Amino acid sequence: MTARKALQEARLILIGIPVALWTLVPIYHMFLFALSSKDDAFSGRLWPAHPTLNNFRIVFEEKHYFLNHFWRQLGNSLVIAIAVGVITLAIAAAAAFAISRLKARGGRLLMNCALFTYFIPAAFLAVPMYKAMGVYGILNTQWALILAMITLASPYAIWVLKQASDKLPFELDEAARIDGASPLQLFRLVYVPLMVPSLVAIGTYALLLAWNEYLYAFLLLSNDKDITLAVALGHFLSADDSPWEILMATGLVYALPPAAIYYVFRRYMVSGLTAGAVKA
Amino acid sequence: MSTIALPQSEPTVPTGPARKGMTTWQRWGLVLLAPYAAVFVVFVVYPVVYGLWLARHPQSYVNLVNDPIFFGSVVNTLIFLVVAINLKMAVALALSGFFVRANAWIRWLSVLFILPWAVPSIPTILSLRFMLNPEWGIVNQTIFKLTGADGPNWLNDRWLALSMAMAVHVWKSLPFWTMILIAGRLSIPAEHYEAAGVDGARTLQKFRYITWPALRGLYLTSLILSMIWTLGDFNSVYLLTGGGPADLTHVLATLGIRYLRLDQVDLSMATIVCALPLVLPLVYFMMKRLSK
Repeated sequence: MTARKALQEARLILIGIPVALWTLVPIYHMFLFALSSKDDAFSGRLWPAHPTLNNFRIVFEEKHYFLNHFWRQLGNSLVIAIAVGVITLAIAAAAAFAISRLKARGGRLLMNCALFTYFIPAAFLAVPMYKAMGVYGILNTQWALILAMITLASPYAIWVLKQASDKLPFELDEAARIDGASPLQLFRLVYVPLMVPSLVAIGTYALLLAWNEYLYAFLLLSNDKDITLAVALGHFLSADDSPWEILMATGLVYALPPAAIYYVFRRYMVSGLTAGAVKA
Repeated sequence: MSTIALPQSEPTVPTGPARKGMTTWQRWGLVLLAPYAAVFVVFVVYPVVYGLWLARHPQSYVNLVNDPIFFGSVVNTLIFLVVAINLKMAVALALSGFFVRANAWIRWLSVLFILPWAVPSIPTILSLRFMLNPEWGIVNQTIFKLTGADGPNWLNDRWLALSMAMAVHVWKSLPFWTMILIAGRLSIPAEHYEAAGVDGARTLQKFRYITWPALRGLYLTSLILSMIWTLGDFNSVYLLTGGGPADLTHVLATLGIRYLRLDQVDLSMATIVCALPLVLPLVYFMMKRLSK
């Protein structure tokens, strides 16, 4: 029996090791470069001969021409992500409340419109969106990116929030109505407090989507002072002799906040975001 | 749906005030729907209609088909859809079985396993790009140290580069789909497996008769959804190969953006229109499945 258990465990470890390597090697490689001088980085060593934090110093002091506006661009990423998170949350919570709780006329139709948008591949919508932003005269402003990301984030947000709302007992609404509550009071005093876990998951989802976005950001923004850090990272590719060790240090700084947020809200994220999918 | 609602209560409320109340509530319903309706009209309907209008000239399609890159991109896109997605979903299905085990170390591994999905694409894909650099990348340097031979020029051969782009795509999105299938597996009652165990069912039989029937619907939905999203996957190809060598690894998503960057908007939109026969049936399938 124990021999059989040990064999079973050994088989699991044989699966676990390749899975761990596959997952972690590209991320480890990023760390490795971020901690290496140029010579060490290009030496093919698995650990730098002289680990250094110099790359981070260069990044934080904006000491490279690719990084002249590093702090500004980090701030842009942050402001845009927060704006998208907050506005998407407001739009989606209002829509989900109207569709699910108020049974608003046209709610079903709008839900289908949202689902349809959700199923348009993002790179295909990017081209018409770019042209439309030009027509609206907001191309190359941060509002263009914020509005585009709200458009991309809200369909899924509405769908998940509607699924979650449908599960709340309708007696609450009835009781509130009989007590003479207005729709806004119902929304503020009953609906929002009960929906907090889903709202946290969706706000985080929209925020991360905007922070991580590359394609829309590089299409809709062009001025060095307006772009997000994602676009700035892409600029490193424009030179043949790019400083890859500095690129990786910047990339690490850029990747840490979303990873940290994800792990802090992991409980909410996993249940909130997979619940909808599993139901289907 | 609302099984616990009080269906009887409405008629007992006096008609006059109730009717008046109803209109206020309905008005509020419309007010709360309005912001998303506006977003949808301004940033989805108008752009799509305008885009289709830009793609109205038959000449655009002639030019597109005459561009040798186009045919290659269609082939690449189909390979991407058939190979990468089926491989990814099959591996995700297998790994979900691995991760539902209760061992403590597997739980820790599952926390790390999410990382590729939780961190943004750009730095990690660029990291992979340098790993595959033929001279300085860690992959070929390690191959050289171990065997003394030069490794392949990973990103300079069409099929090798496309395979690497597919690997990047799988690396990035495998955790998400595994997580979905784990959630699916966890919703299967444990008693089914216990009963099967008592009856002497082996692992494969348990999968064949319990797991697969329970997961089939979810698996199919995930497969279709993954196809739609992969059609729009710009990053895996663009950030790894940039469409190269010699524009041979483009997929439709990167080709559309390439034309846009070259100021050939009509070709860009024509590319997207050409992808619609592929996208629309998938979208129709998903809409039917999800909007009940």
